[in-house]
Amino acid sequence: MTDQAYNFAYLDEDTKRMIRRAILKAIAIPGYQVPFASREMPMPYGWGTGGVQVTAATLVPEDVLKVIDQGADDTTNAVSIRKFFQRTAGVATTERTRDATVIQTRHRIPETPLTEDQILVYQVPIPEPMRFLEPRETETRRIHALADYGLMQVRLYEDIARHGEIATSYAYPVEVAGRYVMDPSPIPKFDNPKLDDCPAIQLFGAGREQRIHAVPPYTRIRSLDFEDHPFIASKADHACALCGSRKSYLDEVITDDAGGRMFVCSDTDFCAENAKGDA
Amino acid sequence: MTASELSGGFAVAAWDGAHAFRAVLNAMARPGTIVALSAATGPEPISVAAATVLLTLCDRTTPLHLAGDHDNAALRTWIAFHCAAPIVAAQDAAFALGRWDALQPLDRFAIGTPEYPDRAATLIIDNHDFEGMPARLTGPGIRGTAALALPDARAFVANHARFPLGWDAILTSGRHLAALPRSTEIR
Repeated sequence: MTDQAYNFAYLDEDTKRMIRRAILKAIAIPGYQVPFASREMPMPYGWGTGGVQVTAATLVPEDVLKVIDQGADDTTNAVSIRKFFQRTAGVATTERTRDATVIQTRHRIPETPLTEDQILVYQVPIPEPMRFLEPRETETRRIHALADYGLMQVRLYEDIARHGEIATSYAYPVEVAGRYVMDPSPIPKFDNPKLDDCPAIQLFGAGREQRIHAVPPYTRIRSLDFEDHPFIASKADHACALCGSRKSYLDEVITDDAGGRMFVCSDTDFCAENAKGDA
Repeated sequence: MTASELSGGFAVAAWDGAHAFRAVLNAMARPGTIVALSAATGPEPISVAAATVLLTLCDRTTPLHLAGDHDNAALRTWIAFHCAAPIVAAQDAAFALGRWDALQPLDRFAIGTPEYPDRAATLIIDNHDFEGMPARLTGPGIRGTAALALPDARAFVANHARFPLGWDAILTSGRHLAALPRSTEIR
C-alpha cells in the first residue's frame, strides 16, 4: 500500500525533475560526475541516499524493484530501502534478479546477467576516483577536463612496486568509453568486467557528495592496468559452501573463534537459484 | 488566457512525469531508439512529444529558448502556466525548442566548459522528419550500429568532434521522440 501522505516515490516533482536533468546529462557524458542538489533523505548519509534519490526519480508505478546490499537481499540496508519504496511508491518488489526492472545496489553487480529491460542504480560513497590522490575539487576537475590521469597510473604502479601486483581489490578505477576515469563505487574488482558492454542502463548516485554519473548500455569500460600487469578479476579460490558455485563472488564468513571459516556466495539470489539448479 | 492555454497538462503529474522520463531516458541511453510520448498537449506548433518533454524536464529553474514559430503568444502562455520556465535568449538557454531551421545558428547555444561539460544546452528539435535518409550511429548506448534520420548530419558530426563538450539533442514529431547525445558518433 502506498503511503498517501507522500508524493509518488517520496520526492517532490521539482526535485525529481532536477535529478532527471542530471541523469540525462550523465548519460550524455558517460563517466562524468554531474553535480546535483542532493536532498536530505529520511536515512543517514552512507545508507544509500544518492542511490535512493536516483531510484526515486527513475521509478514508474509498474516497476519491480530489487535492492541488494553486498549482494544480499536480506540485510538491514536492503530491507529498509525496499520497504521505503514499497511504502512511498507502491511498487512491486522482488529478490529475483531476472524479475526486477530496477535494481538498487550497494557494492555488487548481480551474478545473473542483466538485460536491456533493467536499470542498475549504484549507491556511491565517494564518486571521485582521484579524491584520495588529490583532495582539492578544483584540481580534480582540471584533471578530468584535461584527461590527465597519470596520477592514477602512478598509484597502480606503486601497488606493483610494493606488493608485486595491483593490490587494489575494490573500487577499481575504470576508463569509460575511452575518456573519463570513473570510480565504479566499491564493487569488488571481480565485478568490473560486468560493467563493460552491459545491456542495462547503469546509474550512480552519491548523496553526500552530490554527484550523479552514468554508464549507458553497451559502453566500453576498461579497467586501468599495464601491459605487463594486466587487470585480473580475482575472487577467493574456493567453492561456495552452500551452493557449490565456483564462478560467483564469495564472502568469507568466520564461524567460530578457533579459525573456522566458510566461503559463501555474496549474491543470495544467485546462491539460492544455483542450489535449486536454476541459475 | 483561454481554456486551451490552461488545458493539455499532465493528468497525474507524478505518474505522467515518471513514465515520460523513463521514455526519454531510454531514448537518450540508446541513441536511435524511437519512443512514444503522449501525456501533454500544447498550442500549435508544438508536438505532443515535445510538450510532454517540457513538462517532464523544465520548470522555473530552467531557462528556455523558443525559436521560430514556436515563439508565439499562445505557446508562451501555455508554458508560463504549465511549467513556468523563463523564456530567454539562445545563449542563456538550458533548453531550446524549435524546428531545426529556426534553431540555427547552433553556435549560439551553451556547450559546457571543460570543467563543467554538463552546463550545456539540450535542443528539442520539434517537427522532425523521422522518415528522412537515416544516418549510421555508433558510440555509447549502441550495440554495433544504429540508424536515425537527422536534419543535418554535418552539424552532429561537428558537435561530437568537441566531446565532452557539446549540446545534446532530443528529436520530436507527433508522439515520437528520439535523442542524440553528444557522445554519439555519426558515420
